[in-house]
Amino acid sequence: MDSKLKETILNPIFKGNPITVLVLGICSSLAVTVELKGALVMALSVTIVTGLSSFVCSLIRKTIPNRVRIIIQLVVVALMVILVDQFLKSFESTYPLDKQLSVYVGLIITNCIVMGRIEAYALGNKPIPSLLDGLANGVGYGMILIIVAFIRELLGSGTLFGFPVLKAIGYTNNGLVILPPMALIILGCIIWIQRSIQKDLQEK
Amino acid sequence: MEYISLFVKSIFVDNMIFAYFLGMCSYLAVSKNVKTANGLGIAVVAMLLITLPVNYLLNRYVLTAGAFAWLGEGFADVDLSFLSFIIFIAVIAAFTQVVEMVVEKFLPTLYDSLGIYLPLIAVNCAILGGSLFMQQKDFVNVGESAVYALGSGIGWWLAIVALAAIREKLSYSNVPAGLKGTGIAFITVGLMGIAFMAFMGISF
Repeated sequence: MDSKLKETILNPIFKGNPITVLVLGICSSLAVTVELKGALVMALSVTIVTGLSSFVCSLIRKTIPNRVRIIIQLVVVALMVILVDQFLKSFESTYPLDKQLSVYVGLIITNCIVMGRIEAYALGNKPIPSLLDGLANGVGYGMILIIVAFIRELLGSGTLFGFPVLKAIGYTNNGLVILPPMALIILGCIIWIQRSIQKDLQEK
Repeated sequence: MEYISLFVKSIFVDNMIFAYFLGMCSYLAVSKNVKTANGLGIAVVAMLLITLPVNYLLNRYVLTAGAFAWLGEGFADVDLSFLSFIIFIAVIAAFTQVVEMVVEKFLPTLYDSLGIYLPLIAVNCAILGGSLFMQQKDFVNVGESAVYALGSGIGWWLAIVALAAIREKLSYSNVPAGLKGTGIAFITVGLMGIAFMAFMGISF
């Protein structure tokens, strides 16, 4: 594997993380971080959608007229999201998911990461690197989602994936962590930690 | 009375930003000064008001299971609900294009001040999110969906203007280096969200 490709894959995971550094795709993502299960499903869905739509858009990049490219990209992304949504729906009876999650799966269409990667990378690169770039960005995104969900589920409900963890040591659940605003505050703290380690990311 | 209750609830209790994190990307990117934030807020209210009732009618008479019953017996078991994502985003993208052309022709000053953000509304999660939540809320008529659109739009507008005002003042304060910019914006939004939770008990 040449170094450029390696850079494409590794960059989104830490140094150019889509959430903490580029601040893309916060929309809709934080609402699913109350528990790990929802965050995991969302992370996988976004990874698949980003990867596949970057791949498809890269395949047809030479035939897309510049003026209508946003609409064409939206159609491609919407198609991928419908596939993922139908896949999740077909397993609904065996693995029931929160009803609200289906709204947020639909909102992947307008998730800025997907469109951002297509615009910034897939339209100027070959299909295979675009696929890897999309997948890597999805992983970088999912990683942050899972970290936030881990903190929120552990402190808010005392469980991990629904198994009681903190109850044994007499922990009282902190209801505040379950509330939506705490997701933003936790994310703010993650950004603080990352920027304290990587000083070059700090804003003036 | 129900309309007033729905209106107030969608502004304060179910606020798109603080309760559902919808439209976060543009919310954080455009909230650096009050003037542009105001422009984007108005644009979001207008787009929600146009697209939500249209999507409501489409959802009711075309997309839900059995929606084609008005065409005759033979169509009663047609279920097109899997198409809703792509139909909604197509409506939104089309109307964004129309509104952009109208604003450019008749309100050139507003067009200049909104600049790039007008076309980007097509990929604003708040607009698609409004339609997807509408689908789940089972409104009885178009009026209710329009009131919901107006309320959630105003809620979004209020939130972005408030954050922009705070961020203008924040630039004079001494924030830790790692938190500057994005980090402190997240924490501010979180604190504002906690303040908005005070409206939770409101009912009429």
